[in-house]
Amino acid sequence: MTASLNARDITLAYGDTRIISNLSLAVPDKSFTIIIGPNACGKSTLLRGFARLLRPSTGTVLLDGADLHSLKPKEAARKLGLLPQSSIAPDGITVADLVGRGRFPHQNALRTWSRDDERAVAEAMDATGTTELSSRLVDELSGGQRQRVWVAMALAQRTGHLLLDEPTTFLDIAHQIDLMELFADLHREGTTLVAVLHDLNHAARYATHLVAMRDGAIVAQGDPRDVITEQLVEAVYDLPCRVITDPVSGTPLVLPLGRRAK
Amino acid sequence: MSIDERSVESTVESTVESTVDFGRRHWRIDTARVSTLIPVRSVLVCAALVVVIIVAGLASMTIGAYDVNFAAVLGAVFDPSSDPDVRQVVLEWRLPRVLFAVLCGAALALAGGIFQSLTRNPLGSPDIIGFGVGAQFGVTLMMIVFELNTYMFKAIGALVGGLFTALLVYALANSKTMSSFRLIIVGIGVSAGLGSLTSWILISVSLEKAMMAATWGAGSIASLGFDQLLPAAIVFAVVLVGSLPLNRTLPVLEMGDDAATALGISPGRTRLAAMVFGVALVALVTAAAGPISFIALAAPQISQRLTRSNTPMGTAPVMLTGAALVVVSDAVAQLVGVPVGVVTVSVGGLYLAWLLAAQYARRA
Ligand SMILES: Nc1ncnc2c1ncn2[C@@H]1O[C@H](COP(=O)(O)OP(=O)(O)O)[C@@H](O)[C@H]1O
Ligand SMILES: [Mg+2]
Repeated sequence: MTASLNARDITLAYGDTRIISNLSLAVPDKSFTIIIGPNACGKSTLLRGFARLLRPSTGTVLLDGADLHSLKPKEAARKLGLLPQSSIAPDGITVADLVGRGRFPHQNALRTWSRDDERAVAEAMDATGTTELSSRLVDELSGGQRQRVWVAMALAQRTGHLLLDEPTTFLDIAHQIDLMELFADLHREGTTLVAVLHDLNHAARYATHLVAMRDGAIVAQGDPRDVITEQLVEAVYDLPCRVITDPVSGTPLVLPLGRRAK
Repeated sequence: MSIDERSVESTVESTVESTVDFGRRHWRIDTARVSTLIPVRSVLVCAALVVVIIVAGLASMTIGAYDVNFAAVLGAVFDPSSDPDVRQVVLEWRLPRVLFAVLCGAALALAGGIFQSLTRNPLGSPDIIGFGVGAQFGVTLMMIVFELNTYMFKAIGALVGGLFTALLVYALANSKTMSSFRLIIVGIGVSAGLGSLTSWILISVSLEKAMMAATWGAGSIASLGFDQLLPAAIVFAVVLVGSLPLNRTLPVLEMGDDAATALGISPGRTRLAAMVFGVALVALVTAAAGPISFIALAAPQISQRLTRSNTPMGTAPVMLTGAALVVVSDAVAQLVGVPVGVVTVSVGGLYLAWLLAAQYARRA
């Protein structure tokens, strides 16, 4: 297993508050790596470390053997993309313009819109089913449509690695599955994905590499079938549960035990 | 590009329709080194603004004590063999004023576009958040207290005053992102404070000095000639070239620091550059003409509506809008017999009232 994106002994802190200490994580190439864990355990913080949003106070994040934080910002942005948890769509921006912003790292003062840019944007909108929306205002879209547009922007960036922070939160179940299938397609086409997800069953179904975190540390990682056990879920979430095999996908299915079932 | 890469791309192209519908018409430039899309609407708006600037500029050169009609102005500008007296009046006395109006309008409007984009707020212009008043304070100090009256000293005073105010507002607002409403409120407060400090300096010096500063303080380009225009134009050219990259980076920064970083922008460095260039643009105008208010506030918004753009930051149309506003305001100012700053304040005040009402309605 090769891992061109990997964190070595990193410590991530906000000011003096350490959230993650001496953590190492190798993201297998071409994997769909999904990070799970309870609220505030440091999943977003870890992703921010990978995304150059937070510089590790110790340790390094390597991308293709180079320190990610010392790469030129635009060069890094051609290799590694991010779908942030919250972004701002400027007032009055159309879908095509927003998706087009994803091409920024590929452009310069003289080449502000090349055929490659056009192709990448057209394909990203095609893959996310947003082509019909292209001249609509982003403000006027539904939550599900808007999330697809942001995904399209990240796809238009054409990076080998894509980081996703809770991409399906606030969407209904059908839109969640839609988006997860889209990511699965992207993964099949060769993009390495790292996603933070809350839904354990989606994580188990789609992940090729599952990482379970608690209190800023990695508790377990590997194939979801090995990682997701009743013991692990209880250890990570303090939640007693049963784990059965998902009759649809054959992956683990977590069934929480309520108070009554105990 | 290697042969096989090309073949891969062509197969990709055949499967996906490769024209993106932006909902507007573009002209495409696609050569080996330059490739870009230029919105047709922006080009038409810019062309119309250039016409307005030229016509209003020529018309404004007919105004004054010495009677010169429109045809004579045209003759003086375009025909070297026309009456030398008229040529002197038009080219040496009146032309610098029009050129100054263009320069001041363009610089202020660009500064406004930069700050409105940075703060993601149409109220976030240097007029409102205090940098203009800071620059004015710096110039007043230079003129009155240090008695340094040349353009370069005034420009330095304006720049230092503006930057200092920017730092003060930044620190008081205690905001990392510049996109908060708090920044604007603090800026208004700091403006008021610095404004009264400026007045206090003026009433505590001799009447003669105070009069000189007051003439400047009303925002006038009437008495300016080529010897003041040249240094201002050079500074403007330098600052403009330096700020050109912001035309591409600031709209990306409007999407938030996280998205901008992911797209390869350094938010901190971009904000610092924007702040310095924005203040410099205000300072170079303030040093020459005094405060000309509301252009920075209104021009980016007007331009954004005319071009139907999604950002107040669009160098060419924004600058042309500002230039047109000041040239027209200056012509009106001459007809009425007041400094141009008085005209822009009056018109701008109405605009600000409307803007506040519109923002309030949206929030409510
Ligand atoms: N910008 C920040 N400044 C200070 N503390 C933060 C910041 N962002 C997150 N934290 C803290 O870091 C911890 C981990 O947060 P986060 O990584 O967002 O958790 P998760 O994504 O797993 O829910 C939390 O205790 C949170 O309060
Ligand atoms: Mg989170």
